[in-house]
Amino acid sequence: MTSKPFIHPYIPNAAPVSKQAMLAELGLESVEEIYAEIPERLRFRGRLNIPEPILAECDLERHMMELLNRNVSSQEYLNFCGAGCWQHYVPAIVDEVINRAEFLSAYCGGPYSDLGKYQARFEFNSQLGELLDLDGVANPIYDWGDVAGRSFRMAGRITGRKRVLVPRTMSSMRLAEARTLCQPQVMPTHIDLEAVDYDPLTGRMDLEDLERRLADDVAAVYYESPGYLGFIESGAAQIAKIAHQHGALAIAGVDPVTLGVLTPPGALGADIACGDIQPLGMHMHAGGGCSGFIAFRDDDPVFASECPLELYTLLETEVAGEYAVAEAIAERTSYGLRDQGKDWVGTASGLWTIAAAVYMAVMGPQGFRELGETCIARAHYAALRLGELPGVEIGLSPAFFKEFVVNFDGTGKTVAAINKALLGKGVFGGKDLSGEFPELGQSALCCVTECHGQAQIDRLVTSVKEVVA
Amino acid sequence: MNSRRRQAIERGSGGAPLRETAQQKVTRLARLRRDGGVLRDYRAPHWDEPLIMEMSTAGERGIVVPPVEDAVHEAVGDAAGYIPAGARRREAPALPELAQHQVLRHYLRLSQETLGMDLGSDIGEGTCTMKYSPKVHEELVRHHKAADLHPLQDEDTLQGLLEIVYECGEYLKEISGMDAITLQPGGGSHAVFTNACVMRAYFAARGELPQRNEMITTIFSHPCDAATPMVAGFKVVTVMPDHNGYPDLEAVKAAVSERTVGCMITNPEDTGIYNPRIDEYVKVIHDAGGLCFTDQANANGILGIARARDAGFDACHFNLHKTFSSPHGCEGPATGAYLVCDELAKYLPVPLVTKAGDKFHLDYDRPESIGKVRGFLGNWMGVIRAYAWIRSLGPDGLREVAEISVLNNNYLDRLLMAIRGVSRPYAEGHRRLDQVRYSLATLKEETGVGTEDVHDRMVDFGVQSYWMSHHPWVVPEPFTPEPCETYSKADLDEWAAVIKRVSDEAYADPAIVKQAPHDSSIAKMARLEALEEPKQWAFTWRAYQRKIKEER
Repeated sequence: MTSKPFIHPYIPNAAPVSKQAMLAELGLESVEEIYAEIPERLRFRGRLNIPEPILAECDLERHMMELLNRNVSSQEYLNFCGAGCWQHYVPAIVDEVINRAEFLSAYCGGPYSDLGKYQARFEFNSQLGELLDLDGVANPIYDWGDVAGRSFRMAGRITGRKRVLVPRTMSSMRLAEARTLCQPQVMPTHIDLEAVDYDPLTGRMDLEDLERRLADDVAAVYYESPGYLGFIESGAAQIAKIAHQHGALAIAGVDPVTLGVLTPPGALGADIACGDIQPLGMHMHAGGGCSGFIAFRDDDPVFASECPLELYTLLETEVAGEYAVAEAIAERTSYGLRDQGKDWVGTASGLWTIAAAVYMAVMGPQGFRELGETCIARAHYAALRLGELPGVEIGLSPAFFKEFVVNFDGTGKTVAAINKALLGKGVFGGKDLSGEFPELGQSALCCVTECHGQAQIDRLVTSVKEVVA
Repeated sequence: MNSRRRQAIERGSGGAPLRETAQQKVTRLARLRRDGGVLRDYRAPHWDEPLIMEMSTAGERGIVVPPVEDAVHEAVGDAAGYIPAGARRREAPALPELAQHQVLRHYLRLSQETLGMDLGSDIGEGTCTMKYSPKVHEELVRHHKAADLHPLQDEDTLQGLLEIVYECGEYLKEISGMDAITLQPGGGSHAVFTNACVMRAYFAARGELPQRNEMITTIFSHPCDAATPMVAGFKVVTVMPDHNGYPDLEAVKAAVSERTVGCMITNPEDTGIYNPRIDEYVKVIHDAGGLCFTDQANANGILGIARARDAGFDACHFNLHKTFSSPHGCEGPATGAYLVCDELAKYLPVPLVTKAGDKFHLDYDRPESIGKVRGFLGNWMGVIRAYAWIRSLGPDGLREVAEISVLNNNYLDRLLMAIRGVSRPYAEGHRRLDQVRYSLATLKEETGVGTEDVHDRMVDFGVQSYWMSHHPWVVPEPFTPEPCETYSKADLDEWAAVIKRVSDEAYADPAIVKQAPHDSSIAKMARLEALEEPKQWAFTWRAYQRKIKEER
């Protein structure tokens, strides 16, 4: 640094007049006297080996854009990859609201200073509850895989059992996250996750295999609808019924954006539902837009009591007709009970809940129904056209929402090679499933949403046709 | 302009004579601006805004979804035909129906009823490091080159993002002295959980599980340092402070054994007291064969001053939304940076970002990895911001951040300690670094006004309510400000003046404080039994209607 002190725009008290006044007030010559609290042997006496500063905001922005411009976005290429992070349209009003400085910068203020934050949260919970047909909705946390694992742990605490049955079609990534939470076998508090076979024609859970595996040590049966591989799980009600017959809970993993047209988990007998709110108004942010929710029946307080995430209840105020919102049964969380609490809570994805509240409010029942119809029709159109290509077949279910399995075995090409070639045509192909599901051969999980019109789908089909020829 | 106001302006807040005692100074400042003080005559926005579920008009809509094209419909028929019987929703969800402007106006009003940090000086939220998040960062993360990326895109099309993440990782390694990093965790507590899992993997590989099953933490470390090792499957031993407020070293010595996994502790702890013998604690754990992690959620006071690795720690973490400036976003999305020494690097979650020549890669081929803690790559919006923030400050700027944070804290301390009813337990004669845990036990004893009352009253002056303490309240009637580098001397004066004013009110007329807030967006909350009582709590509007409205 030059001898003239530099006053950084982010550090007001670097101004000598303030700094000197504060030091004088404290009777100190320099801040080093405060750092005398740190013994010399623990001090870092070097200068951090990081780049010199880019002081001008103008230059910083240019530098950052030079880096970011090396990315290719889904506004530039056509993206047909989903697999748990989906490209849905984000209404401009959603970004307008969540970029408000008040919401963007707020943190732990209480209802008297941050009322709007609490009300928006409650409105998120309430609207998601309507989509799910469940009365209890908790404050979301990291993502679907995380809340799946937490739901399994929650079911374990409620039932006192230590085995959870999951669909073999579950995403390996989601399963890996859940396994991290459910601990390796060597730990005494381990929860065993056991895969239930699927019907090779439809992808749906094999109910006979489910019955075979169920016993009185099973805490929960977890199913997904739509499944990771895109199919609609039409056996959901039956799965819940079978689980209940064995004293196990039914946990539904759902994509909430489908619930304008698909039966909600609450109506299918699920005790707990989990999933991701990313499709409800979040940009993908390379996965940063993900956020996992947990919802539950509230006819028995055991569900709320064992829910590991923060819960917010509607209150009233001393003024008749005025509402407030505040955190309920906070004692049970890690903030209340540390290692005796229910898992842990922490800063997770608050802003996304406000985005989703706005999204659900603008969509309304009509918007969700139309979104469902558009996704289903266009996805089936894409599947139909792709399936007409030589060597290309559509795998698994004839009934899917926005994702489906495309098999390329007949082309003699790998998905990896096809996707590489599609890149050259400005297309991001579907998720390569050959590592996760070797039994599906060279298959990709293709995702079509309302963002892809017929013209874009036709371009995908033409591109694939050229690549596999 | 009247003469009193002119005098006040001429005198200014910075020009006070130094012979003035701290007590005299805060007394002078604890007046409204128009009386020559620094307090604000604030009124919170009050919109009397209904819940959105009460605002519905059948038939209104907020947005139109692209319809199915005729040719598509011709080819595939009705979408409904693809939904199996029983899977088709019978009743439409009871979502509100509103036109777009009505939705916008509603949420803008709610935003106005949120003080947040950009508007309200958020000096009080200790352990949270409420620093300014530069607006230019928001332009960057909202750009389609950052926002509209799929995590599974070919890495050739993510090179800019990967470079940012890789380089940011290099900076954080330098700042901590550690050897390897993951930026996958979705928050600070998540990074702390990642640590518990990495330690688990380390001892699993050595065949020492489940014999080693005890994690040591301290009561003044964040609750996640106790909760996450429990989730990972360990028993937790919590060490209480000695009479000076330091974790009791003798208690640590007594706690270690062949069962010790390691320790997960903070330094400085929530009290703001730096433990000068921290390396001795580390040695005790290491001698027992355990591993040492330090929770550096708020590392603001030690950037470029002290490094975790130099004190012997094997691992540490940072919250990018605290020390490294990401906005808190009403509690997320957040990013946790988790760093380890070489020996633990192989256990980090996949993928790691690596560099070969000029190219950046996602490395999944790590057979001893703990697997995944968060899906895909993590939340890298926070990394883009942290990278930009570090680049804008450079090595001297980061050190300046630390020094000014510590100076701000000690200056505020001087003002607060001059206020009647405020005390600072432990370690008399030792200066705190980035934050302080104070007690209002004296105020409570003498006036009946406790910390929760003060918390609710201070918002009437247009500053954000303060953070009290994590539970349990080892320090009675606690509050924990952390005046980081963001705040000016005038901001600190204003904040201290608020506390002074509320203290004066408590001694003069406690009811003023007890009945607060007087000028919030809502009146005092009621029906508080809903906070605990199953028949009363309502986590959704439908539950409220079922439980409460029906009952009436």
